[in-house]
Amino acid sequence: MEFNQNFILGCSAIGAGLAVIAGIGPGIGQGIAAGHAAAAVGRNPGAKSDITSTMLLGQAVAETTGLYGLLIAMLLLFVKPLV
Amino acid sequence: MGQGILLSGGADIDFMVHGIFSYEIFGQTVWITTTHVCVLIVFLLIIGFCLAANRAVKKADDVPKGFQNVVELIVEMLDGMVKSTMGKNATKFANYIGTIFIFILISNISGLFGLRPPTADYGVTLALGVMTFSIIHFNKFKHQHISGVIKGLCDPWPIWAPINLIGDVAVPISLSLRLFANVLSGTVMMALVYGLLSWIATAWPAVLHVYFDLFSGAIQTYVFCMLTMTYVTDAIGES
Repeated sequence: MEFNQNFILGCSAIGAGLAVIAGIGPGIGQGIAAGHAAAAVGRNPGAKSDITSTMLLGQAVAETTGLYGLLIAMLLLFVKPLV
Repeated sequence: MGQGILLSGGADIDFMVHGIFSYEIFGQTVWITTTHVCVLIVFLLIIGFCLAANRAVKKADDVPKGFQNVVELIVEMLDGMVKSTMGKNATKFANYIGTIFIFILISNISGLFGLRPPTADYGVTLALGVMTFSIIHFNKFKHQHISGVIKGLCDPWPIWAPINLIGDVAVPISLSLRLFANVLSGTVMMALVYGLLSWIATAWPAVLHVYFDLFSGAIQTYVFCMLTMTYVTDAIGES
């Protein structure tokens, strides 16, 4: 079956939008990490700097899956592998 | 460029790598791109700083002052970071970790000075990931020998070997993609703000620069070095 190029471009845009839904996961995960870090600071204010750096490290690693979704969206929009 | 973005904004949305000139080698066309130029600028900056630091340290005083103070602060910070993660292995790896830390940090921050960050090109970050990968596996073979590596590969049962192999190969890919995607997302975001808002985007995008270039760049630099150190410490094992 032959498809029109504009049809494929439109489908790529929809696919890019769907791929960015991957951002939900890291959002929830980072929120949980930040909440637990806030609880930990409340329990032990002396260890605030250690807790903050550990939280940021964990959040940056958790962010990766969301960024993979972003990367797929970028590939679909700008590299256009399907056209 | 995507047609959709071009329709809604001007043609001045620009976050792609551009070729400057190309040459033929062994029948392949090789492009010198803006990334090469930005890496060169970053290198010149670091080399200039190193020469100045070298001169400052050569005529060092017991009581540091001025520029010598700054150099000692940086070296002590990097050494402390490596020592707190790697423990007794720190002395051997402080050089490598310090080098990639400074390079990635300056590269990420260079978006602040109008360059396209070199780390927003997958070629640069993949090279960094492959360097880390070879250091991990060199140390694995050196400290655990072939028997230990095979034993680690067949961890619970020998049938898991392919999965462990995929896990090993995934390390440089995930390391490099994490850095690349973070810096690229910042670059795209800034290009969209400047490209789509034209005259509205005056002065206030400085706030976005602080987040996307400074904060995100510094965090990702720290994460890359931290993960490298963790993987290398893991590869050396308890010998």
